[in-house]
Amino acid sequence: MTGYIRANTVEEAVAALAAGARPIAGGTDLVVGARQGKQSLPDALVGIHRIPGLGAITETDAGIDLGTLVSHAAIVSHPAIRERYTALADASVLVGSHATRAQGTLGGNVMHASPAMDTGAPLLCLGGTATFATPSGDRTTDLVDLWTGPGETTAGPDELLVAVHLPASAQATGSAYVRLQYRRHMEIAVVGAAAAVILDGGAVTRAAIAITALAPVIRRVESAEQALTGTSGGAPAVEAAAQAAADAARPIDDVRASATYRRAMAAVVTRRAVQAAIARARGEEIPIPATESTQGSWR
Amino acid sequence: MTHPITLRVNGVPYPLGVDAHATLLNVIRDQVALTGSKEGCDDSECGACMMLIDGQPVNSCSYLAVQADDTEVTTVEGLAPDDKLAPLQEAFLVEGAVQCGFCTPGMLISATCLLRDNPHPATDEVRIALSGNLCRCTGYDGIVRAVLDVAASRSADPRSIARPAVSRHER
Ligand SMILES: Cc1cc2nc3c(=O)[nH]c(=O)nc-3n(C[C@H](O)[C@H](O)[C@H](O)COP(=O)(O)OP(=O)(O)OC[C@H]3O[C@@H](n4cnc5c(N)ncnc54)[C@H](O)[C@@H]3O)c2cc1C
Ligand code: FES
Ligand code: FES
Repeated sequence: MTGYIRANTVEEAVAALAAGARPIAGGTDLVVGARQGKQSLPDALVGIHRIPGLGAITETDAGIDLGTLVSHAAIVSHPAIRERYTALADASVLVGSHATRAQGTLGGNVMHASPAMDTGAPLLCLGGTATFATPSGDRTTDLVDLWTGPGETTAGPDELLVAVHLPASAQATGSAYVRLQYRRHMEIAVVGAAAAVILDGGAVTRAAIAITALAPVIRRVESAEQALTGTSGGAPAVEAAAQAAADAARPIDDVRASATYRRAMAAVVTRRAVQAAIARARGEEIPIPATESTQGSWR
Repeated sequence: MTHPITLRVNGVPYPLGVDAHATLLNVIRDQVALTGSKEGCDDSECGACMMLIDGQPVNSCSYLAVQADDTEVTTVEGLAPDDKLAPLQEAFLVEGAVQCGFCTPGMLISATCLLRDNPHPATDEVRIALSGNLCRCTGYDGIVRAVLDVAASRSADPRSIARPAVSRHER
């Protein structure tokens, strides 16, 4: 096919993908990239933005399901996400302007697969999985296994992301996402980090730490997680985790920053993200976005 | 290949034939012939082209017209029904929030949307909400004052918005 068709069901969308069309949701990556001359618009497009149900946020005993069309604005204003999956709200509130957040979708952010995407590190720390509709039925994958390089995923061209699932969070779980940016809004992360911790009797029983714009893909850093797990979450453990994240970073030089600067700042954003996650797990108030509330002389 | 679409622009239906890759901004300016919305950057940085689609803000330079089929589009022209300026427009005049005027249509749309969702914003909230709308002339202070003036006197004229805030994903 060429031109544009609007899908009214997931089946119609998958059929269009199988016929060679690219999906378009909010278009804030696809169309903007074309306007900037990065990559011309595909000849065949299928508009998925009106498919009923894919914009729903559903809480279940197992966790929370976010349809692929859930906008950044919807994430930011959802009480359960703000309360229990806070790192994701920290990320979505930073995306573009209110127009970008109204039109830009979670699924578009995930599938664009930028190493600087803001929802990636929170989704990894919160244990996110992605469900795709394919010509041979649904399949689900851990998000850790989805991103393979800048703009590259393991999803086939005929696979439509339909939802992201985050498992239910344990009691005393706190999470946060922090990025460095040149302005407060309309920016892309220079570097970023997310952390999610579970506290039990004052000890960190589980830690997840992921880094943004510090490798070809958003990735978890196991060495940093190990440095924190089993500790009281005090300054030495946080510092060790921050240093481990910086050691694991494989940053690049580009227009936004040098690799040297990025590596140095990896420790800073990781420290802030971990401290904010621990504070939230303790029930302390760290306002969204943590990027602003952890700036400067914070702790 | 031309795609048939219908846009309801400021309440008036326009049946149109558009190219798959045509932007909403170009279709509104060239085919609907409403030239209030401006093209500044043409890649979603400046907000001069901002409109509402079903009540939600969009940078129309970077949005495909085909995707807006069957929606309610509000442009700056729709903020002043019956040729009577909306309170926000009056406030822009009073506060000197307009110099060359190029950013003004997008600013007005953006601020109208803010005041609908948050009738009494703090100064910082106004600045954040307008962060996607660049102005090369005024230094922003007059614009921020104008928005705060309207918030202080009353919330924006409800008639100035074509439809309530329904996310098109939820229809
Ligand atoms: C001014 C501006 C500022 C921005 N700031 C940020 C920022 O701070 N942080 C950030 O992370 N991003 C930012 N972005 C990027 C963008 O807004 C987000 O990535 C957004 O979430 C993309 O969603 P979309 O629906 O617009 O994607 P689209 O452009 O519609 O799609 C993006 C890609 O994903 C594919 N796709 C979409 N949906 C699916 C699906 N269901 N299944 C399979 N493939 C799919 C498309 O084919 C395309 O390749 C910014 C963009 C702009 C214009
Ligand atoms: S012209 Fe559309 S954002 Fe600048
Ligand atoms: S008045 Fe000239 S750009 Fe704002």
